[in-house]
This record gives sequence, C-alpha cells and structure tokens, in this order.
Amino acid sequence: MNPVGNIKTIAKRELRAYFASPVAYVFIVIFLLLNGFFTFMIGGFFERGEASLANSFFNWHPWFYLFLVPAVGMRLWADERRVGTLELLLTMPIAPWEAIVGKFVASWLFLGLALVLTFPVVLTVNHLGSPDNGVIFAAYVGSWLMAGAYLAVSCITSAITRSQVVSFIISVVACLFLILAGFPPVINLLQNLTNNWQWLVDVVTSFSVITHFEGFQKGVLDSRDVIFFLSVIGFSLFTTSVILRTHRTN
Amino acid sequence: MIKVQNLTKIFGTKRAVDGISFSVERGEVLGFLGPNGAGKSTTMRMITGFLPPTKGSITVGGHDIVEQPIPAKKLMGYLPENAPAYTDMTVYGFLDFAAEIRGLRGDAKKSAINRVVELCFLNSVLHQNVDTLSKGYRHRTCFAQSIIHDPDILVLDEPTDGLDPNQKHEIRQLIRRMGEKKAIIFSTHILEEVDAVCSRAIIIDRGTIVANGTPAELRRKSEWAGAVTLRLNNVAEAAVRQKLNQLRAAKKISMTTNGDRVTVTVYPRVFGDGDLTREVIEATSGWPVEELRTEEGRLDEVFRSLTMPDTKN
Repeated sequence: MNPVGNIKTIAKRELRAYFASPVAYVFIVIFLLLNGFFTFMIGGFFERGEASLANSFFNWHPWFYLFLVPAVGMRLWADERRVGTLELLLTMPIAPWEAIVGKFVASWLFLGLALVLTFPVVLTVNHLGSPDNGVIFAAYVGSWLMAGAYLAVSCITSAITRSQVVSFIISVVACLFLILAGFPPVINLLQNLTNNWQWLVDVVTSFSVITHFEGFQKGVLDSRDVIFFLSVIGFSLFTTSVILRTHRTN
Repeated sequence: MIKVQNLTKIFGTKRAVDGISFSVERGEVLGFLGPNGAGKSTTMRMITGFLPPTKGSITVGGHDIVEQPIPAKKLMGYLPENAPAYTDMTVYGFLDFAAEIRGLRGDAKKSAINRVVELCFLNSVLHQNVDTLSKGYRHRTCFAQSIIHDPDILVLDEPTDGLDPNQKHEIRQLIRRMGEKKAIIFSTHILEEVDAVCSRAIIIDRGTIVANGTPAELRRKSEWAGAVTLRLNNVAEAAVRQKLNQLRAAKKISMTTNGDRVTVTVYPRVFGDGDLTREVIEATSGWPVEELRTEEGRLDEVFRSLTMPDTKN
C-alpha cells in the first residue's frame, strides 16, 4: 500500500482513539476556557480598544501550549510501549516513519481543531471593529505551526519513556527552553554572561518559538519562520524514529 | 516459508538467542517450547521484524526481514505475547484498523472482519471497548487481528495463554485447521498442546535449540519411551525383581508396592524394537498380571531433562 494510505489509516485510528476517551473533550474545554479567560480578563481585550487579536489573544499561545501540547503528545509513544501495542504497530507492513508521521498528524489535526474552535473570538473582534482578517489568519497559521513544533518535541520525549508523566515533564522543560530562548530577560542575562557575544545570543534566540511567532502575529508570513517551525517538526520526528529504533536494537 | 539461519540476539552482555537455525514450510505447525526466558519470544520478535537480529539471517517467503521488511511483513500475521490491543477502541474499530493497515478496503474489509469475528467468537463483544474485555476475549481479539488478512505465515506467541479449557480447545482446533495450508510457528509451555497441534516441535533452552523433531520423536528421547509397566497381584516381590532383572532387553526396573499390588516398570535398553515387550510377556507367563502396557514416552520428562541438565538423573 502507498505511504499516504498508511499514514491516513494510522492517523484515523489515533483520532478515533482521542475522541473515544474524555481526554479530547476535556482538553478542548480547558483550552477554550483558558483562551477566553486570558483574552478578556488578563489580556484586557476590551480595555485595549484595538481591532486586533495579537496582544490580547495570540500572545498567550506560546504559554498555553507549554502545558497543553505536552499533555496531548505525552501518550503518543509512551502508551504504545506501555500497553505493548508498539509491537503490533511495528510488525504491520508499514515503514516506521509512516507510523510516526501518522500519529503526529493526528495529534496536530486535533490541536488544529481546538484552535479552530476559538473562532468566536474572531467573530467578536469583527463585530466590534474592523480588524485585518489577513493578519488574524496569519497568526492562526503561526499558532498552529508553533503547536506542531511543541508537539514534535513531545513526540521525542514520549518515545524516550514508558511513563506519560515523565514524558510530560521532560517535554514541558524542553518546550520551556524553546520559549525562554527568546524571552527578553533571558536574552539580557545571556548578553551579560557572555560579554555580548552577539553571535551566540543570535544562535540561541533563533531557536526561540517566540521570535518566530512574532512575525506571524504581525501578519507577516515569512518563509524563514515557516521553515523554522517545519524544520523543528522534521528534526524532532526524525529524532523520534532514531529513538524508537534504538529501543529495538539496544 | 520461514528460514532462520544462525540467528543471534545479544542484549547487553546476555545472549538471549544464540545461533539458532530452523525452517518452517507450508503445512507445518511448529511448536516452540522452552522454559521462561529461553529466548522464544525474542526469536519470534526477530522473525516478525520487531527486533533486529544481532547476527544471522531470517527470510520470510523469500524476503529478508531486515532488507525487505514490508513484503515480508505482508505475508505474516503476528500475535505478540500478552496479546496487546488498543484499549481505547471497540473490538470492531480495532479489527477495522487492522484490516485497513493490511490494505483491505470496502467489501473485502467487511468480509474479512466478519470472517475473523466468526472464527474467534467475537460477535457478542463486537461493539464493546477493548479495555472492558475479559482476558480471554482480549486475547481472541488480538488473535483475530493476526489472521484478518488470511496470511500464509502465522507467528503466535503463547496463543492459548489465559484462556479457559474450552477456549483453548477451540483455538487449538483453529490452529490445526489453519496449519494445513499455512506455515505456523507458535510458542507454548503447555506440553499437551504440542501433541494436540504441532507437526513438529523445537525445544529451546538458554538461546539454543536442544531438540527438534516430531512430537513422537521427541518423546522417544525419554527414558520412559518403550518401557513396559505391569501390575501384578499377590506375588513375591523378590521373585519378580529377580526374573525381570535378567531380561536381556531391560536396562533397569523400578517397583512400587501397595498392599498386595505390585507395579513394575521395566525400562528398555533401546527403543522400539519390541524385544522388551516380548520378553516381559514371556517372563510373566503364569503370573497374575492385572495390567500390562507399553509406554510411549513422556514429553514433560524429555522437556525437563533437556532444559534442566543440572538435575538430570
């Protein structure tokens, strides 16, 4: 069978499994509640009086994803190993990368669905003013790509361990690095510590999701930012495949 | 269909499987016997392509499992140890997934699912979630998954583990029936299963093959094979002992007394020439023999003597 068919079959099963348990609904409800609360209460959507979602809504996404995406990704491989279905999956007539991509795509689509369900906030801002919907769309794309990058990192941590909890914690720490690398206080600290080695500071900040997400928030679809997120995803999925192979050869 | 050559798997410093070779052809049911930790599951995991071998080669239907894993895996159905199944799906959903990943679509998929549901008696739990199933049903669900594409080769790791006696019987019948047209390897540590199902058996211990043959051949390795057991009533023990000890074909005898009853077992020097039985009958003519039978040999004894060489007597 062709790789696309295999990936589709794997992704379909994974999505079905999400919605067969309450996890999916709990996740979506929490995600939407957090979004609503932060946008309107803490982000000061009304007080700002801006016809834009950048500062009140999208600004929080890197931080929501820090906890929510590892929660979605933690079970991906850890559970397969714990239950033993990994043995079934990898003895099916499919290439391991197809399974890795299929499972990733399913979770990524699920995150996309959660993101799409925040549409009332778009309706609200359109009702109250006349925002640039192109900018909002770009920011949504960026947010989804960022979620994908976090998710791919969670795939790695999930493949490392059988325990979902351990996977969750490691991946929160790893994703925290992805955020903090571009966080101003951290950049300042780094500059002081390294005596202003600008190249090092640049290298570190270039790994930050925040710097790459900023462009999208302003409505700029810069190919470098897209490539950044896609390459984090690609690299992480490749690492996942290496880890899964190592487990089997050890 | 399956050819295993000099297969070795080393975990760290432990040789889990150490240079084993065998082959299985269509129409054969190969029983894989051995104590726990002998390397049965590891061997099966390598055959099915889950674990890569450290050394040696495996070809499945002419395809090397390492070089051409996908065509090789297409030919196989696999029931892993402990029968894992996705717990967050219904039985139907799980089988639907298994059929699809095997490339079945539409009507072919539906009829494949119906067929295995029928064969594995899953009708009553079809729309139940896998994690609510009893062990027997879960086992059969995973078994159903392994035969959904009607593979030429089946690798079953303890297929009857955790089933009740009726279910065990059904699954054995099924394996035997399928074994007429397929190549099947299955592992077990239930020795009666070997007689019930296998056309050939391999005993492995500490990663190496210690015996390979039909169940009858294996049984012949037992010191019981060809032994004659007599039950006598009201005889002088000493006389019996003396007389039977003189038989040319007898290696040794053992005796137990229970009141007036004496049970004697005479072990043969060589198996299968019939001399011993003839001699015993001649020697005992005129004695009050209540029962006389020739032993076929005992698999459990062969198993023990091959896999526990330290305690061999």
